[in-house]
Amino acid sequence: MKPFALDHAASPDAALAALGKGATAIAGGTNLIDLMKLQIATPERLVSIRRTGLDRIAPDGDGLRIGALVTNADCAADPRVRQDWPLLSQAILAGASPQLRNRATTGGNLCQRTRCGYFYDTTQACNKREAGSGCAARDGFNRIHAVLGTSDACIATYPGDMAVALLALDAVVLTQGPYGPRQIPLAMFHREPGDDPTRDNVLQPGELITAVRLPAPTGGRQIYRKVRDRASYAFALVSVAVDLTMEEGRIARCALAFGSLGTVPWRDPAVEEVLIGQEPSPALFARAAEVLLHHARGFGANDFKIPLAARALAATLAQATKV
Amino acid sequence: MASLPPTAHVNGLPQALPDDPRRTLLDWLRHDLGLTGTKKGCDHGQCGACTVLVDGRRINSCLSLAALHDGDHIETIEGIGQPEALAPLQRAFVTHDGFQCGYCTPGQICSATALMAELKAGWPSAVSADVAARPNPTREELRERMSGNLCRCGAYSNIIAALEEVIANETTETGAPA
Repeated sequence: MKPFALDHAASPDAALAALGKGATAIAGGTNLIDLMKLQIATPERLVSIRRTGLDRIAPDGDGLRIGALVTNADCAADPRVRQDWPLLSQAILAGASPQLRNRATTGGNLCQRTRCGYFYDTTQACNKREAGSGCAARDGFNRIHAVLGTSDACIATYPGDMAVALLALDAVVLTQGPYGPRQIPLAMFHREPGDDPTRDNVLQPGELITAVRLPAPTGGRQIYRKVRDRASYAFALVSVAVDLTMEEGRIARCALAFGSLGTVPWRDPAVEEVLIGQEPSPALFARAAEVLLHHARGFGANDFKIPLAARALAATLAQATKV
Repeated sequence: MASLPPTAHVNGLPQALPDDPRRTLLDWLRHDLGLTGTKKGCDHGQCGACTVLVDGRRINSCLSLAALHDGDHIETIEGIGQPEALAPLQRAFVTHDGFQCGYCTPGQICSATALMAELKAGWPSAVSADVAARPNPTREELRERMSGNLCRCGAYSNIIAALEEVIANETTETGAPA
């Protein structure tokens, strides 16, 4: 690791003051410390936000407010989350390991960086790590890479599970920053790479995630299905989050989000429009997959993700619509 | 106001935290405190050999900065049991041959110690059919809950057998386990 100075913030205001002076926030550190060991992240100042008091889960109207410092383990084990937003518990528990979930936080997990091997290898070209250096993944080992939302500059995925569930649940990211508070819908939080892959999300310099807000529970059937290379402790190749309600044999409402398929957690309202009001059938699920994957483009080793996503979607919908 | 130097309790004893913020919890335990029971495997949070308990929770000590543990209570394998006074999980690992080379074993036992507490607290896992329900300690649950600890000798089936024995003994004992 490169040398750095470490401060400890005792309140959100103290954290914001440090961020305003150019410090990088550290919470659980499970991703950041790894990146610092590899000298992919080389902050000169760190400010620990662990003891800023943002580690509570509290009711918020009919919804729930999850503090940015709530660990993944505590969030997944919370009785309210398990009862009313089981999709979120399922997605968190599908990710990482118990040890990592005990340390990783809600805010930090939203900001975790890609697992593209070229991003991690400082001898390789990577526009996300070093702007303008090129993308070694396009013609390289790109089995885990995105087929939606890619650009000439970058095809890396956002790798997490939690954010995929939050996207399907219409969660909102609450922040504080130099220009005051912001409420950012999850759907607008992560950034497609475009011509600037260095920025994974829309957070501004000096801005701090304080909480994530879940709207009132839908009462729908919620399923998180994760397809990966081994049964546990592996990133997704494709994941599907669904929250769906049936009425009189038809799909009355439906929210669908996909992980490790796009450069960002992926949600496409057109897919949901295909399904709503219809009777579930294999033909309907296939039509939804066609809409979802119409613009999908593989880069060789990840071509398999396109049919895999179609099958994962059909299997998840079959399970969610089963009487 | 004069403040106390940053201190963590390790296996019950207060220890001054390192000045260099780059020191990981793992390197501090091994190199500065001489507690070499905790092992460095991958050093990137992928193998679980460095698992220790912080305030009763299992974490990867390789992915944590020691300086961030002011006031924390840390337990390592040396605090869980000693050769002359083995913890039930350690005895069960011996009985069931839950290791071959032994390098991953301290992490496995620290991890399993926390697993027992998580089961008692009713935490669900990725293989729980209903995350809202209290989990049963089935073999499938134990395998999922130990998935953060790799064993390259492949002693997995015996590790799970050791856990099953300790869970069975705890359930049949009338009093609280010692």
